[in-house]
Amino acid sequence: MDETVAEFIKRTILKIPMTEMMTILKAWDFLPENQLQTVNFRQRKESLVQDLVLLCESKRASLRDAALLDIIYTQFHQHQKVWDVFQMSKEPGEDVDLFDMERFKSSFEKILRRALKNVTVSFRDAEENAVWIRIAWGTQYRKPNQYKPVYVVYYSQTPYAFTSFCHLKSNTPLLSQKFETHNSTMPLQETLELDMHMDSRIIHENRIEKERVQRVTQETFGDYPQPRLEFAQYKLETKFKSDFHGGILAERKEPLRCLIKFSSPHLLEALKSLAPAGIADAPLSPLLTCIPNKGMNYFKIRDK
Amino acid sequence: MSVLRPLDKQPGLNTATILLVGTEDALLQQLADSMLKEDCASELRVHLARSLPLPSSVDRPRIDLIVFVVNLHSKYSLRNVEESLHYVDATFFLGKAAFLATGAGRESHCSVHRNTIMKLAHTYRSPLFFCDLEIEGFRATMAQRLVRMLQICAGHVPGVSALNLLSLLRSSETLAPEDL
Repeated sequence: MDETVAEFIKRTILKIPMTEMMTILKAWDFLPENQLQTVNFRQRKESLVQDLVLLCESKRASLRDAALLDIIYTQFHQHQKVWDVFQMSKEPGEDVDLFDMERFKSSFEKILRRALKNVTVSFRDAEENAVWIRIAWGTQYRKPNQYKPVYVVYYSQTPYAFTSFCHLKSNTPLLSQKFETHNSTMPLQETLELDMHMDSRIIHENRIEKERVQRVTQETFGDYPQPRLEFAQYKLETKFKSDFHGGILAERKEPLRCLIKFSSPHLLEALKSLAPAGIADAPLSPLLTCIPNKGMNYFKIRDK
Repeated sequence: MSVLRPLDKQPGLNTATILLVGTEDALLQQLADSMLKEDCASELRVHLARSLPLPSSVDRPRIDLIVFVVNLHSKYSLRNVEESLHYVDATFFLGKAAFLATGAGRESHCSVHRNTIMKLAHTYRSPLFFCDLEIEGFRATMAQRLVRMLQICAGHVPGVSALNLLSLLRSSETLAPEDL
């Protein structure tokens, strides 16, 4: 085992408070249960750490394993870090790509390695489609500094990525660029379809109207994915109104009742796509578009 | 002149132009792409319009064939086509117009009855095609048929005119919808 890796593991384990030691080591799952049993956890911390490091050496811990331990430690102590939030942009009208975590990880790592010679990239999946990415930066001539890594927590179903403070400010735009290039990378088939949209043999007669609809939709819904909502319900209670005097219902005192339920895996995105898809006129009824503003999805509509 | 007429312009050399009219832009776009994939001796052009009348600002070639696309899942789409039909000169319905109904495969989603669209096509004495445009294979086949039809309507197939084709197609429909 490399001296630097051993030192790195030693320093990482030293940071772990005794109360968390067992939990974190178990989460790391590098040292098996039976081996951990052989270690005396009641001794002084320095001796304990030495024992653990020796165990790691015997198991030939790699830099990869050490980085993973670092991620786990940081996950337990995320509140001690200062996080910035980045929001990724998508062109309006772009489809939501099906997200493949493994493909994302491998291409993300490839992209970073291509850009920088010395970099250590590690991943750890977390709850709710989140992935923790640890990046240790080096320079062209220096190995990555494992003691000043950058963490990125990316929630794959959202456009948000959280990053911990990067002391090398110059790398931050590079990092966000990597996310953008990754996120806007579309599978080949979709890219081809995009080229076909540009086919000059296809003429959109209502181009101006289409642009207006896009503009109105963007004004109403914004550029970013909508909050995830699955239901909306509208209850209507109204007295019958008629132009003709004396119809069958004109005398009716009871109000008419009506219930409309919308359900969808992603209702607001569906509403947003109605006008561009040609299924509804733009602008949509304010009854539909007010849902995020009012923070309501159950409505009772009554006569004034 | 907001009414479309079939012979109001000179034809382009070896050019055949189809106009697809329908509210669902994505479907029209996909159909257009499929048509342009076809191997065709004529130069194809596809115009996509949401509804008629067409905006006068666009400079367009002579239209050889109009296909009205109705999504059976949407009454809105049917109403749109019904209103657009008023802006088409009667002579288009001598073989240069057709109806295409999509979505029949998912019966539970249909809010327009088959008979409704069949009646509409019958009223206008024009062919009606049923094709689920969302399904790539069906769409490709439909695109092939439309390209052949378009070539005939543009006069690129010697010996066959749009009117010939219409009577050929019509003779296979021996029953009117009312008789069904």
